[in-house]
Amino acid sequence: MNKISGAIASATLAAAIGLVPALAGAQTQGQAQAQTKAQGAQKTQVASAPKPWANIGRPATPNEVKAWDIDVRADFKGLPPGSGSVDQGMEVWEAKCASCHGTFGESNEVFTPIVGGTTKEDIKTGRVANLTRRDFPQRTTLMKLSQVSTLWDYINRAMPWNAPKSLSTDEVYSVVAYILNLGEIVPGDFVLSDKNIADVQKLLPNRNGKAFFEPLWQVASKPDVQGDACMKDCATQMDIRSILPEFARDAHGNLAAQNRVVGPVRGADTTKPPVKSLSEASAVVQAARATVVGAGASAPAVAVAPKLATDEPAAKGEGGKAPAQLAVEGNCMACHGVDNKLVGPSFRQVAEKYHGTPGAAALLAGRVKNGGQGVWGQIPMPANATIPEEDIRRIVGWILDGAP
Amino acid sequence: MTDRKPMPGRIQKAPENFLSPELMEQARRARRSFMGKALAMGAGATAATVSSAARADDPAIVKLPAHTTGLGQPVAARGYGMPSQWERNLQRRESPGLTRVSAASVSFAPLQGMFGIITPNGLHFERHHQGWWDIDPSQHRLMINGLVKEARVFTMDELMRLPQVSRIHFIECGANTGMEWGNVAVPTVQYTHGMLSCCEYTGVLLSTLLDMVGADTKKGRYLLAEGADGSSMTRTIPMANALDDVMVAWAMNGEMLRPENGYPLRLVVPGIQGVSWVKYLRRLEVGDKPYDAKDEVLHYVDLMPDGTHRQYTSLQEVKSVITTPSGGQVLLDKGYYNVTGLAWSGRGKIKRVDVSFDGGRNWRTARLENPVLSKSLTRFNVDWVWDGSPAVLQSRAIDETGHVQPKLNQLRAVRGTRSIYHNNGIQSWKVADTGEVFNVQVY
Repeated sequence: MNKISGAIASATLAAAIGLVPALAGAQTQGQAQAQTKAQGAQKTQVASAPKPWANIGRPATPNEVKAWDIDVRADFKGLPPGSGSVDQGMEVWEAKCASCHGTFGESNEVFTPIVGGTTKEDIKTGRVANLTRRDFPQRTTLMKLSQVSTLWDYINRAMPWNAPKSLSTDEVYSVVAYILNLGEIVPGDFVLSDKNIADVQKLLPNRNGKAFFEPLWQVASKPDVQGDACMKDCATQMDIRSILPEFARDAHGNLAAQNRVVGPVRGADTTKPPVKSLSEASAVVQAARATVVGAGASAPAVAVAPKLATDEPAAKGEGGKAPAQLAVEGNCMACHGVDNKLVGPSFRQVAEKYHGTPGAAALLAGRVKNGGQGVWGQIPMPANATIPEEDIRRIVGWILDGAP
Repeated sequence: MTDRKPMPGRIQKAPENFLSPELMEQARRARRSFMGKALAMGAGATAATVSSAARADDPAIVKLPAHTTGLGQPVAARGYGMPSQWERNLQRRESPGLTRVSAASVSFAPLQGMFGIITPNGLHFERHHQGWWDIDPSQHRLMINGLVKEARVFTMDELMRLPQVSRIHFIECGANTGMEWGNVAVPTVQYTHGMLSCCEYTGVLLSTLLDMVGADTKKGRYLLAEGADGSSMTRTIPMANALDDVMVAWAMNGEMLRPENGYPLRLVVPGIQGVSWVKYLRRLEVGDKPYDAKDEVLHYVDLMPDGTHRQYTSLQEVKSVITTPSGGQVLLDKGYYNVTGLAWSGRGKIKRVDVSFDGGRNWRTARLENPVLSKSLTRFNVDWVWDGSPAVLQSRAIDETGHVQPKLNQLRAVRGTRSIYHNNGIQSWKVADTGEVFNVQVY
């Protein structure tokens, strides 16, 4: 946050009024500079002379700076005055945050958990003991958090997920208070404000857990791990210390379809077990070639006069994008799977529930647009104001068709 | 008509179209053993000509194809050109199970099939924190405020009038290769190293802009860079970098930035991890302290064995990887291979790359292709004749500061195994006697 911006802005407004003469002056000097260069004179004046582009751009107004300069630093520079209670935070949380983060900030469905893994002892020491444990499964936000300003700043600038910057200042205070209460850092009747946030900082479980690391900050610094440039008979064990288990062979899909079909190598056909010998190479070539779907793998003539790509939007006719694509772009898939329940029900579950229900399309379109709660449990569906109505209609139609 | 295809890229197999599989195998063995002897005598180059009399005619030559006997496509059939339909397999891809929300995820560049050092714009890796946008450039603004004489606003029209520079630099996510700290977790170079790209960027040097606004570069040792998207990503940039080679860029590889890469404006911070290259750049603030943004406190911090997190780790250290052959690929035959890969360092130029074929016991220096540029990818090539026995391939880069790429165990001895970030360890690929290549850890 720029405390001196007000003073600067009034000075720059004056400069702005005088902008035209200033620009003219710069041009004159620029020309003069060019001339001295042409004459081969000393360049001693060049450094201090205004650049010919110096007046491009314009001063920012105080309101413009205020609209964008929202960052809050660790010393709380930039933190706007305000306050919010744990109770108020719970209300905001359940309406706007719980759908992704779980009612108690513990959910591991959409994002990693916010709360958990910290203890009363950590609050005393300022170091989270579980961070030293190799067997501890998660590193939650509160385990890593060393600056309360970071939590405030990020919620203020980026949350809720699908409507960032929509929370009021007091709502941000209240949500931070609620999270700190879930972590048992502040009591249930706590009211967080700009006046007491510095005291809360002194309670963060991992406030002493960070070290500024110069060697990976400054280009000129010395590395902390140096290899060796041995060329002959170097120390190595040649043991395979780690390799993917065979059951994970196709975990990333068919690798034959992720490699070029010409050249010295092909992708392995991971729909099948590993080849047994090198002489199966021709089978590998054929399998790889078959992965180029629609490229005329079995009809070489097509390679000559290629069909124009059918996946270009223009080629898809009046329908435009496929509904499944709209659902992805609308971030529906953040909470819904096609046939698996995530935060919300799967699309197939929705289709099943509303099968044959009159007016289902309009009902669901309204839910997508305005949000809803209670039909599939207490985790609310957030409103989706930014998806165009026509897209919502097509997404809902697709869902009711069983999301084929 | 038989469906047999010639094997592209290989020496044509004479008997294939009319001999039994047994005879084919016999012939193949005979040829291999001949090549083996010939190579041992240093006369391998003559091997290919020997069996020409027994060779069948290649239908791809003697039967004139439609593209030789017909009319092809007209100009501008595609207003914006696309790769050949045969190249469709090379796509940027998500790593299954890595992230749960595709708008806060990453797609990896297919390094296994790429050439040279420039990443085609459509294959550049993606990392979004709250989804990507295609912003109207006429509505985009850049503001510079903080410890400056005059807080200023620039339109794209204005920025693009300023003195331009064009420079080639790599961009690597700090978490690239992060899944491999503990164990092998993914099969191919796309997923181990694919959060890596390299472009020619065009824009204005940040130092030019800081000069224009009268930045206090003595007191203002830090800059905050902020994006215009929903997450309004923020990162602290060292003033030393800002005054050196940081760019405010609008173009990549001869065209405007792609929306996925920050159209119309992004920060380019050479040598520094990708998260600092703020996309949709809307604001730069000059300040006297670092900012402790979310991605400097909760993420992009390196967990050490003692439970502390190293903070403000930003530099991408000397690193290299063999891209062909690499994990998930299959070598089709014994014999000669051009082994190729990429090397880079956030501290400057690559000085040397060595390659080992025996798991790090013996090394040979590879050829570096021009250009060799500071904080850019460098392409290396090295000759290899595969004798059909198992091999472990590794590459090791050394940069102009003398920093040698470490082995994984050397990294782990200092940094443990639970960090996610800045794994620049030596990568190993095991070539099995079947020709299949596996991601392994050997040190």
